Amino acid sequence: MTQMRTPAGTTSVPAAEPQPVIEMRDISITFGAVRALDEVSVRLFPGEVHALMGENGAGKSTLIKALTGVYAIDAGVVTIDGERHEFSSPAAAQAAGISTVYQEVNLVPNLTVAENMLLGREPRRFGSIDVREMNRRARRTLLHLGIDVDPRTVLDEHPIAVQQLVAIARAVDVEAKVLILDEPTSSLDADEVEKLFTVMRRLREEGVAIVFVSHFLDQVYEIADRMTILRNGRLVEERMVADTTQLELVRLMIGRELEVLDRLDRAAPTTGAGSGTPLLTAVGLGRKNTLEATDLALYEGEVVGIAGLLGSGRTELARLLFGADTADTGELAVRSHTRRLRSPRHAIDRRIAFSSEDRKAEGVVGDLTVADNMLLALQASRGWLRPIPQGTRARLVKDYIEALDIRPADPTALMRNLSGGNQQKVLLARWLITEPEILILDEPTRGIDIGAKAQIQAKVAELAAQGLSVVFISAELEEVLRLSDRLVVMRDRRKIDERTNDDVSVRDVLEIIAGETRSEEDTHA
Amino acid sequence: MPEPTSLVQRVLRHQLLWPVLALFVLLLVNVVAKPSFLDVRMQDGHLYGNLIDIVRNSAPVMLVALGMTLVIATRGIDLSVGAIAAIAAAVACTRIIGAGDEAALRTAVMAMTYAVVVCIVLGAWNGLLVSVLGIQPIIATLILMVAGRGISMAITDGQITTVNNPWFSDLASGFVLTLPLAFLVAVGMVLFTALLTRRTALGMLIEAVGINPEASRLAGVRARTIIWTVYAFSGLCAGLAGLVIAANTNSVNANSLGLWIELDAILAVVIGGTSLMGGRFSLAGTFVGALFIATLARTIPNIGIPSEVNYLFKAVVVIAVCLLQSPKARALLRVRRSGTPTLANGAPA
Amino acid sequence: MSAVTVPTASAWDRVRTYRPPNRYLPILATAALFVGLFGVGGIRYDGLTDPQVLLSLLIDNAFLIVLGVGMTFVILTGGIDLSVGSVVALSTMIAAKTLDMGWSPYLSIVAVLATGTLLGLLMGLLIHYFDIQPFIATLAGLFLARGLTYLISVESISIKDPTVTDLAFRTVHLGDYYVRWTAIIALATVAIAAYVLARTRFGRTVYAIGGNEASAMLMGLRVAFTKVGVYVISGFCAALAGLLFSLYILSGNSLHAIGMELDAIAAVVIGGTLLTGGRGYVVGSLLGVLVLGIIKTLISFDGTLSSYWIRIITGVLLLAFVVVQRFATRRRP
Repeated sequence: MTQMRTPAGTTSVPAAEPQPVIEMRDISITFGAVRALDEVSVRLFPGEVHALMGENGAGKSTLIKALTGVYAIDAGVVTIDGERHEFSSPAAAQAAGISTVYQEVNLVPNLTVAENMLLGREPRRFGSIDVREMNRRARRTLLHLGIDVDPRTVLDEHPIAVQQLVAIARAVDVEAKVLILDEPTSSLDADEVEKLFTVMRRLREEGVAIVFVSHFLDQVYEIADRMTILRNGRLVEERMVADTTQLELVRLMIGRELEVLDRLDRAAPTTGAGSGTPLLTAVGLGRKNTLEATDLALYEGEVVGIAGLLGSGRTELARLLFGADTADTGELAVRSHTRRLRSPRHAIDRRIAFSSEDRKAEGVVGDLTVADNMLLALQASRGWLRPIPQGTRARLVKDYIEALDIRPADPTALMRNLSGGNQQKVLLARWLITEPEILILDEPTRGIDIGAKAQIQAKVAELAAQGLSVVFISAELEEVLRLSDRLVVMRDRRKIDERTNDDVSVRDVLEIIAGETRSEEDTHA
Repeated sequence: MPEPTSLVQRVLRHQLLWPVLALFVLLLVNVVAKPSFLDVRMQDGHLYGNLIDIVRNSAPVMLVALGMTLVIATRGIDLSVGAIAAIAAAVACTRIIGAGDEAALRTAVMAMTYAVVVCIVLGAWNGLLVSVLGIQPIIATLILMVAGRGISMAITDGQITTVNNPWFSDLASGFVLTLPLAFLVAVGMVLFTALLTRRTALGMLIEAVGINPEASRLAGVRARTIIWTVYAFSGLCAGLAGLVIAANTNSVNANSLGLWIELDAILAVVIGGTSLMGGRFSLAGTFVGALFIATLARTIPNIGIPSEVNYLFKAVVVIAVCLLQSPKARALLRVRRSGTPTLANGAPA
Repeated sequence: MSAVTVPTASAWDRVRTYRPPNRYLPILATAALFVGLFGVGGIRYDGLTDPQVLLSLLIDNAFLIVLGVGMTFVILTGGIDLSVGSVVALSTMIAAKTLDMGWSPYLSIVAVLATGTLLGLLMGLLIHYFDIQPFIATLAGLFLARGLTYLISVESISIKDPTVTDLAFRTVHLGDYYVRWTAIIALATVAIAAYVLARTRFGRTVYAIGGNEASAMLMGLRVAFTKVGVYVISGFCAALAGLLFSLYILSGNSLHAIGMELDAIAAVVIGGTLLTGGRGYVVGSLLGVLVLGIIKTLISFDGTLSSYWIRIITGVLLLAFVVVQRFATRRRP
């Protein structure tokens, strides 16, 4: 990691590099005990699209917030056009020419397109807003960017993609030097992405520096010139996109030394699973702008690992299997009976359990006790009139606290006071108590300590050996490979590969994700 | 000495500390103003005195606040309780008048049962709007708040209806075991609610829905049923309160009966430490909160201020309690405290 | 992943886009309702077609119109103001008491308006700076204003000042018909408010906050100023409404205007303003008041219907508007 500020490529970089618009050098930001950014450096050049790459927790959003003045920087230097700057607020960053468009469109849905572009700086005449002038100005900007929208229409009459373009138009209208696009494409379809790219290219030609965050590798390769790769709050490398293969990129993002990985043992007990009729079958399961039609079969006692980068559709698939979101297309059959899962309840009644990747927002009920959190799903399926008898309660809670080594071993402790790893164990217990046949675990080991991680992995292997079917999703490929009998690889919202896990290596998976599959010889039959 | 500190700490941290302390201070003010304030005497087998009046007068607010506590715990609010109380009173009184034997026990019981059933239906209506149609609670219950008094007047035909049934008036002025029946009814409901929520899983599921609706949904909690139940229960409580109020005057005035009781009830809940943001709720806190409001109403004339000024004090209490619960205000307070560390360290070692 | 706004680029959306007066639909519905009620009434009852009935509608509801104007501002930001009824009562009381004490009517008017504005300011500060929910902060305002009213006098005080009574009864003739000054003030308030909401940055910020407060903040709009401002406006309007009410009823009484906040809220909602904020027009609120007024008039013309039907019908209308709005906005998550 010593090559920090060395431009990796030679061919596409001009002989004399232009001065960056913005240079962030050795930026560190600490939250409490957590170092969110550790001496990260980024350079943004005019007329370039700069992709910011990294998995969950890499520090992308922290970096963006530092750049836009939302977070204060603990250490490091920011220079704009060679001059040192310190941002105290988002307004200061905006004044310096840095504009941001977030994933959730930060506009006002109930006002017109023109108003959304010019709100706060409307042209005025004699103190009142000059609507005609405002619409004229808005139309001019939109035309300039090639966005075909009537500025007089109300914003929420338009699809998200158009709203996103309007947000960009607003950002550009302040004469931005730097435009930050934080996951602008995550809910757009292909045509809409193309429209967005057209606008981005136009801005690039005009010398705007664009920061582009996206989980879709193809999009990055299509639009970006340069990229900065982050991992665990540290800078991995700055690269020219043209000089980096997708495999290299994925390796840099996930970040293990391949040689070491290849030697890792696989602990998955290759049982006789995968025969007979499947427990769960999904045929063409999909949802608009979320997941393309996907097939999946899950057999009894089998662990199916889903590998893929963030945004590849791995979480989206899990949510559809559980009915957390409803599918637009396709069919789902549990034990050969076709089911429509309209809500998690339906899934739970079919003995499916799902532990969400977002522990805090979708799992933990912080102000309730450990015991209540553990028993929530079971109690919910019994209904409020049939409380779990005191004795059973105590026994279940005690058993699972012991079995999963939950600390503190106090059923009356409040859930929010537990560490992440212990919360995750409680959530695992919540679902095991319902005695499911299918257990879907989405990133069950993210952000927890090594000890808890190993315990959870061991538990999953043990459960599968006992006949439970598990869908295991993790950003950590070794973990997925170690646990799963069969492997599903996803990318850009669809399944791109499926194979039995007999000696699949991390390198193999990386190559599949990067789109460089060597051959089809070991593909699942 | 770990034992006593932990006890002190437990008392200090107990969520009932502040409401109980506030009630205590209020009583102290009364005693200072009038030393005989706390005197309770026995007469005709009943207890008499200011304290007895307070507990009796607290009954309607306590009942309404009970239902309100559960509603608020689910992140809701029920503004229609005053109107529902007026409807309950109107239904009961017209039923009593319309009955063959106006003064019979059976008449009173039938009329009250009928009224309570109507109120449960009205509460379920609110629950329907909130849980099925997904209308914001404050808006959904506003509808019945507006229409309810009209309905109540329609039932009584716009008249102040007076009834003559000793059994019915006993609900407010009767005594059982030397204590006012109204208070016993309210306490009974508090205990019933405590059993209902803590002996079944209702309380836990209400709190789960109030604390983290999305996590609850993914855990399979039927939030719709829970919310529906809670509003129906609030309707029941409001109905009982309406009956107690009507029994107190043996009449129903659809215009004024239970006016602003929703506000008193919300106040009682908030004083009791249940957050308006939903989640954990405290029935004991609500109980104390209702007593506080009744005591406040008694305090004001006792210290020589016209009782109508009561509202002024309530305003102060609302603001004070909300500021105490507001994270922003707390943060401000903390900054100021940490700004003077020498004072904190100056305590005897 | 669940927080992602789901795109809705369906055919249905495109159909919607081609319907131009979408945002005026609620207001047109209210106008149609008003015309319909007036038409039905005109057929059934003889005297109703007299234009003076319309003018009387304005005169009798002048205070409610002004109240509705202030409430519209608040509701457009997604808030609510429960205190306005009590502030009206307080205003009548301050007016009556100060006049009784021999103050000049002008001084008395200033005192009333200042009190209402100040109360609004206090509530706005509580709501914005301490994150206290609008309904609870204005609930405190309700208690406070009512308590102050009682503090001034528990008895009713009548207004006898000749200047004021003269003002109350002075009329403006339009041919054979007349209106009172109060109605003109109310209409002027509506006009000013409509201008402010449509053509000033403050007004547009009000809508922006109702649409998405977090976005408004990120866009660098003056959210704090505007949010406090709407409660100040509502307080001022309530005080002004209180003055108009004093002129209408010529007394100060702590029992005045009980539940009037509900009428104001109902008028605003029936006028097509979304209770969740961001959509609506002050003209709609004027129409809402007129709808409530015409119902009242119809019932009094009929003679056989009791006055309580007003409340029931108001409730039903509220229900209808709220449910329709709910379904109209459901496609947004």
